[in-house]
Amino acid sequence: MIAEDVLCPFCGCLCDDIKVEVEEGKIVGVKRACRLGSSKILGHERTTAPMIRVDGELLETTYEEAYDQAAQILKEAKRPLLYGWCSTVCETAKLGILLAEEVGGVVDSTATVCHGPSIIGIEEKGMAGATLGQIKNRADLIVFWGANPAEAHPRHTVRYSSNARGMFTPDGRGGRKVIVVDVRETRTAKNADKFILIKPGTDYEVLSALRMIVQGKGEIVPETVAGVAKSDLEEAAAMMLAAKFGVVLIGLGLTHSRGRYKNVDNALSLVADLNGFTKFVVMAMRGHYNVAGFGQVCAWSTGFPMAVDLSRGAPYFNPGETAACDLLAKREADAMMVVAADPASNFPRATVGGMVEIPVIQIDPFPNPTTLLADVVIPTAVCGIEAEGTAYRMDGLSLRMKKVVDSPYPTDEEAVREILDRVRRLSDDN
Amino acid sequence: MVIILKAIMISGRTLGQGATCEAKMSPEFFKATSTCALAESDYDALGIPKDGNVLVRTRSGEVVVSAKREGGIPPGLIFMPMGPWANAVVGPKTGGCGTPLYKGVEVEVTGTDRRVKGVRELFADLETEGQR
Amino acid sequence: MIIEGGIVYDPRNGILGEEMEISIEDGRVVEESRDGDKIDARGMLVMPGGLDAHAHIAGAKVNTGRIMRPEDGRRGTEARTKLLRPQTGYTVPNCYAIGYRYARLGYTTAFEAATPILEARNTHEELEEIPIVDKGALTLFGNNWEVLECVRDGDLGKLAAFVAWGLRASRGYGVKVVNPGGGEAWGFGGNVKGIDDPVPNFDVTPRQIIRGLMRANEALGLPHSVHLHTNNLGKPGNYETTLETLRAVEDIAASRDRQVLHVTHMQFSAYGGTGWRDFESKAPEIADYFNRHQQFTMDMGQLIFGSATTMTADAPLEYGNARLLKAKWSNHDIELEESSGVVPLVYGRKMPINAIQWAIGLELALLTEDPWQMIMTTDHPNGGPFVNYPEVVALLMSRPKREEELKTLHELASKRSSLPSIEREMGWNDIAIVTRAGPAKILGLEEKGHLGMGADGDVSIYDIDPEKVDPSKDHEKVKAALSRAKYTIKGGEVVVRNGELVAVPQGRTYWVEASVPEDEAAKVRADLVDKFAKYYSIQISNYMVQDAYVTSPRIVRAGVI
Repeated sequence: MIAEDVLCPFCGCLCDDIKVEVEEGKIVGVKRACRLGSSKILGHERTTAPMIRVDGELLETTYEEAYDQAAQILKEAKRPLLYGWCSTVCETAKLGILLAEEVGGVVDSTATVCHGPSIIGIEEKGMAGATLGQIKNRADLIVFWGANPAEAHPRHTVRYSSNARGMFTPDGRGGRKVIVVDVRETRTAKNADKFILIKPGTDYEVLSALRMIVQGKGEIVPETVAGVAKSDLEEAAAMMLAAKFGVVLIGLGLTHSRGRYKNVDNALSLVADLNGFTKFVVMAMRGHYNVAGFGQVCAWSTGFPMAVDLSRGAPYFNPGETAACDLLAKREADAMMVVAADPASNFPRATVGGMVEIPVIQIDPFPNPTTLLADVVIPTAVCGIEAEGTAYRMDGLSLRMKKVVDSPYPTDEEAVREILDRVRRLSDDN
Repeated sequence: MVIILKAIMISGRTLGQGATCEAKMSPEFFKATSTCALAESDYDALGIPKDGNVLVRTRSGEVVVSAKREGGIPPGLIFMPMGPWANAVVGPKTGGCGTPLYKGVEVEVTGTDRRVKGVRELFADLETEGQR
Repeated sequence: MIIEGGIVYDPRNGILGEEMEISIEDGRVVEESRDGDKIDARGMLVMPGGLDAHAHIAGAKVNTGRIMRPEDGRRGTEARTKLLRPQTGYTVPNCYAIGYRYARLGYTTAFEAATPILEARNTHEELEEIPIVDKGALTLFGNNWEVLECVRDGDLGKLAAFVAWGLRASRGYGVKVVNPGGGEAWGFGGNVKGIDDPVPNFDVTPRQIIRGLMRANEALGLPHSVHLHTNNLGKPGNYETTLETLRAVEDIAASRDRQVLHVTHMQFSAYGGTGWRDFESKAPEIADYFNRHQQFTMDMGQLIFGSATTMTADAPLEYGNARLLKAKWSNHDIELEESSGVVPLVYGRKMPINAIQWAIGLELALLTEDPWQMIMTTDHPNGGPFVNYPEVVALLMSRPKREEELKTLHELASKRSSLPSIEREMGWNDIAIVTRAGPAKILGLEEKGHLGMGADGDVSIYDIDPEKVDPSKDHEKVKAALSRAKYTIKGGEVVVRNGELVAVPQGRTYWVEASVPEDEAAKVRADLVDKFAKYYSIQISNYMVQDAYVTSPRIVRAGVI
């Protein structure tokens, strides 16, 4: 049996043309997915039973026990952190935010270690965006800035950008120019028409110089900017101005480097400037398949897309103070629930130190380093394969993930709902 | 004489890291992420043997990883796939915006014959570190 | 329940300020209720629940507004209570605040003004989160490639079939058209300059698009007419485009007992002058046209001074706003379908253009003789947030209030509009029409906007005695009373008492299922299969809004006769 038009539950491309071969209720093959997606769809080692840590060791238990313990931990905490959400569906996020409200916690997603600075940049300048199909159909100039889709979004170039064919772009790659800006020559850079190598941490200056040139003020730009020759920048600017439709695709090179959201602010501003001359759009290459979805749910629920502190009953948003890494680094969270993410692996080691002393609940299909620190482990179904629900692609388009096979595990949604119900019962008892 | 390379560390995504990121306890993940890529000239200057390891050190911490020699990386830059080994040397500061500095970390790199720790060991040590 | 002793305004049923009992049972107005809770409404104003026919309350651009405006999120913050979720936002409130605030105003139904089909799932996810009010969403069609091609080919049958399909795909209620043709031109940064300016690459004009969609709308017998945001909106001198547009469709007959075209937020389309220097109101000309042509309706789009967030599918307009005001700017172009923009701004009393714009909205409402042709809106949050509706009502009812306001504004409001000379003051009957009965009729919602037998049990009761209070002199009391309903009743359940939320039921979502001949539907499907194969970035099987996103539907049937 072949399941058609399955949505891939890996990256922000949210490819929806995947074919999954199922035999006797098990997945035996995947077509069209890239290496990242097929790896996930074909499956990995699973956590097979709920566990609770007793005297330093994780021991198997029942779901009931695990939910009870989780609810107890959250109820007793003064400032619990409910984190993750990027690899689960919106329906889970909705419940998670409600749970955070009820326990007076802080809710945050992996965006704050990924494109959080892009969101902050958007808060400063707005974002001139479009859906991916606009790029496919119209773009004749693609700029990857600090992004390496060859390794992080492998099908992006063929489905949506450099190599895609559309209404006004029948020649695909042949009718386009690709510029790559990065600190090293990546695989993506090797396929560029123009590669601009910049020194780490100099994106801001280079963007400023480009903006000056684009605006016709190039005479004030020096002969080199952060090691980049002015002639290179002039050539890039000329390519941008000559485009009928250009797009700047932003990666973590901007958000993780010195300047962070200021880099994105400047990139967004460059694109806004370019719109004075020709059509340009910009997009953040979101890493996980539903980190954007969490941001959407959080924004319509609380008014803010991430790092929302609900401990005083009204949403308070201040990344730098209320983001997960801030709370953990300053030892301000006294409990943590991790859903569909792996902060132990992905946070700085000193920050992860903040997880060591506090009770940690993990809701995830897969064991990972967060499991090593967890006190309650609740295995769940893999969304998009074993559970359906809503996800938002990197361009803000929402689609429905499919359930392809059954599983013996509860969904993330069910698990969060169980914990919420128990928290409410504990509150009623008081 | 120990040669010390002063470099800038960038951590980020790779195909190998991404393909194993839902299997972080696996040997494949270990192989894909407990490593760092150096520019050919830097690798040679450090005198690292084939399949050798390097010690990457910052004020925030240090980590031993396997070393790769890679074209495309400019001298003075090292690239580490995102994950627990890279994050051993990423500092906790978020620059007032919640996001750590994963790219642009000032590091010192030396060849080493110390071995690379497995993922469980990496985190077992964290618990004891926490007592400091 | 029985509402006793209130002074009832129910214009649709000819009740103009009579003391009478309203009985509700099983969520509907009945002749007499056997028993039930009694609500003492003596000395109070009773009207059907308010109906907001045009507001931007759910969907991608609303959420973009929230995300890009944390400074707005920090306003209007209220902590959660046992009953209520936390509330944030002034111009872009969170979903819960939207429902609660409408209910406090006595509103029981609200419609999202513009939904792109491709992103309708987002709209419905948000509508599901908005508590209390019944809702619906209008679906955008005016820049859709399939529409442009059907219009170009003169294929009305296929166009009607596509409209039916699009409404089902988006679970939409009606046909929304915004800057037709301009949204497609914006795909490469262009726009259209007038209704006969051809759309690049498609060989059709806005005139043809509007006519085509109107004819399809009437062929389908949809409950609502086409709902139009005109070309050249926001530009000085655009009243000519507006009148030209209306004249272009005078010959089209409605297939139901309602208007044949509704022009939205008319204030933004009633401008004279040749630039900002000689900018002036042309509201009298527009109102005069409407007075002589009963087949058209409009809504105000009234300005409220202070913070606003403009958000519209008129993307080139938003880009223009952002450049003019040096404001932050978000844009979102949607493949094959539409474009949109979001730009925050502040309307200032001493800003000459804003002052004139403020006057224009009021002029339009007061100069249009028949209140049934007019809906009171602020095009929330473009003109201002809906929480300010009581301010607008007070202005419509009180010339002294208008005079007081004019004194605080830039003098051009008085010089470049006719507002100072307008004596008319709306009465409660007029208000009940422009906020309840009118929008219900215009949208084609048979059980809304009135309190006759079988109507939905949606009632608003305000602590103001229409027989004792003179709204002209005591406009402050009007505004205060309408800001906090004494009772809001939704489907026969008390949701607001003494201005506070006491219950949070879930409302229902209206959408239209229109049937068409199978051969036309097949032609549409064939076109779509082709477009999805070549141009869309997703698979056709993943496109349509699934049942899971509309958990309490209220389906209205229509179709080709």
